[in-house]
Amino acid sequence: MSGPGAGEGARPGREAQVGQGVPGDETTGKEAHRKGGGRRNRRGRRGERAMVPDAEFTSYYGKPILNPPTWKALDIAGYFFLGGLAGAGSVLAAGAQLTGRPATARALKTSSLVAIGGSTAALVHDLGRPARFHHMLRVMKPTSPMSVGSWLLAAYGPAAGAAAVLDVTRLFPRLGTAATAGAAVLGPAVAAYTAVLAADTAVPAWHEAHRELPFVFAGSATAAASGMALLTSPVAETGPLRSAAVFGAALEAGAARLMRRRLGMIGENYEEGRAGRLMRAAEVLGAAGAAGAALLAGRSRAAAALSGAALLTASACTRFGVFYAGVRSAEDPKYTVVPQRERIDARARAASASSEPQG
Amino acid sequence: MGFFTDTSVCIGCKACEVACKEWNAVPEDGLEFTGMSYDNTQGLGADTWRHVAFIEQDKPMGNAATGTSADGTGMRWLMASDVCKHCTHAACLDVCPTGSLFRTEFGTVVVQEDICNGCGYCIPACPYGVIDQRKGDGRAWKCTLCYDRLGAGQQPACAKACPTDSIQYGPLEELRERAAARLDQLHDLGVDDARLYGEDPEDGVGGDGAFFLLLDEPEVYGLPPDPVVTTRDLPSMWRHAGAAALTLLGGAAAVFAVHGRARGRR
Ligand code: SF4
Ligand code: SF4
Repeated sequence: MSGPGAGEGARPGREAQVGQGVPGDETTGKEAHRKGGGRRNRRGRRGERAMVPDAEFTSYYGKPILNPPTWKALDIAGYFFLGGLAGAGSVLAAGAQLTGRPATARALKTSSLVAIGGSTAALVHDLGRPARFHHMLRVMKPTSPMSVGSWLLAAYGPAAGAAAVLDVTRLFPRLGTAATAGAAVLGPAVAAYTAVLAADTAVPAWHEAHRELPFVFAGSATAAASGMALLTSPVAETGPLRSAAVFGAALEAGAARLMRRRLGMIGENYEEGRAGRLMRAAEVLGAAGAAGAALLAGRSRAAAALSGAALLTASACTRFGVFYAGVRSAEDPKYTVVPQRERIDARARAASASSEPQG
Repeated sequence: MGFFTDTSVCIGCKACEVACKEWNAVPEDGLEFTGMSYDNTQGLGADTWRHVAFIEQDKPMGNAATGTSADGTGMRWLMASDVCKHCTHAACLDVCPTGSLFRTEFGTVVVQEDICNGCGYCIPACPYGVIDQRKGDGRAWKCTLCYDRLGAGQQPACAKACPTDSIQYGPLEELRERAAARLDQLHDLGVDDARLYGEDPEDGVGGDGAFFLLLDEPEVYGLPPDPVVTTRDLPSMWRHAGAAALTLLGGAAAVFAVHGRARGRR
């Protein structure tokens, strides 16, 4: 590259004489200005280092370092919820059909079709340029979970749709079975990939949770779909769905707990504020719904419906809780700076430990 | 090709901000009094592709110290012109589902505005908080490193406008050498806090196409201290998602297997 670029950028023959002769000294300035070395630390409440002071960190006037997601909560958290409901619903529908529970199968196939339609609409609605939705299918990029997801929806949507329509109309039963099976195979991917969608960002509360988040979402999806089945199917058929509700709710709550524990300081985002309230509500409602499903839903239609509604609400609360936790963690520079600092300090400690022989 | 921004000579004139806005016809982003020293632009976004930060510190900087207090401390200003880093491993580019973001022949990262559908995925993906969605337009916008000017053999508008050559444009190798020499010079002058940021091709984003000489910790300037390309953990994410999907499938299969066929059906 020649052109004016290369030469012209060179420094002129004068130099700014910043700092000449005066040693940098140690001052504890106003709020945020400190010299390097051993100050910022995490809150001591998560074990290992209980003796350290509260997280101190520097930032530019407290402005966020990351640009928080511009996604609308209703669209994107709604998309997560509905995608999970649809995906897990297809799996349970196939199970119900195979084991001779046709009413449940039909109800779940229908709810999956409606949910996947709704989630696609939410996704399109959230685009800044919805008319350009088809650009999603311009390329296929494994590094972009949204690209993978779009193709997944393009395959799953028609399968779920055919499964529902052919079941309700009783046309082409073979084709219906194939569509049901296809939707059941793709369903778990639809339910779990949204966790990768969230985690593959710089948002601390999502990215650092990338191990547990898919399990939270898979559990939440199972709980939602079994809740839907309890709500819509005859009690005589819901035996396995009551067990599935317990399984889903337990997976959701267990993975969420594990996630918060492992996240350390970043886990605060799932415990405080609006996200904290939603996550707690999800836990309580999930537990109540699962208990209701296990103990009462087999006997009473009303109890089944109530448990189902609780499970659906719990699942929605989880998705919104996760969404708000992420936004919160992106808006506060603390959650970007402090963990990265700790990473640097840990690297420095490791480097000095390996270079100096132990005394 | 890339940028080296030597913040030690920045005088905070904001000529780069203005030149960028003018050349790229970036809409105004509101006039607001923030009380953040002399900085009312606040940060990078859809309508601010260059941003000059003003940091007021109670900390001396060699001769530049004003000596307002007896013990030799005093107020100093740090000014730094921030911009898209044009990461070697660019998260925004990796996650864009439309292929709207692409890598140019200059090694820079550019959004094609006629492709972007405004999904907004690139925005939380950027570890530096650079790219953003423009309200009322819906698409994502950021510094193009004046792609059109580079194509015509020109240097970017901001570098051209910078009166102190705080912003320098050129081949990265050459800029890195120049930066290392300047760093040594500052260290010799006793400015111990001087450091390079984003110049290391081994760092979490594969090195930045726009790197900086800073006079304090990165976070003081609103920069992340140890950014990592978000897709670095993607294989692990897909693995965990796969395991979760199988858990769902297995759990459902187990439940139906245990309960068996519906009563009265067989
Ligand atoms: S700084 Fe952000 S917007 Fe710029 S190339 Fe890197 S990831 Fe993309
Ligand atoms: S908002 Fe535009 S540039 Fe950003 S990821 Fe979506 S399509 Fe790509």
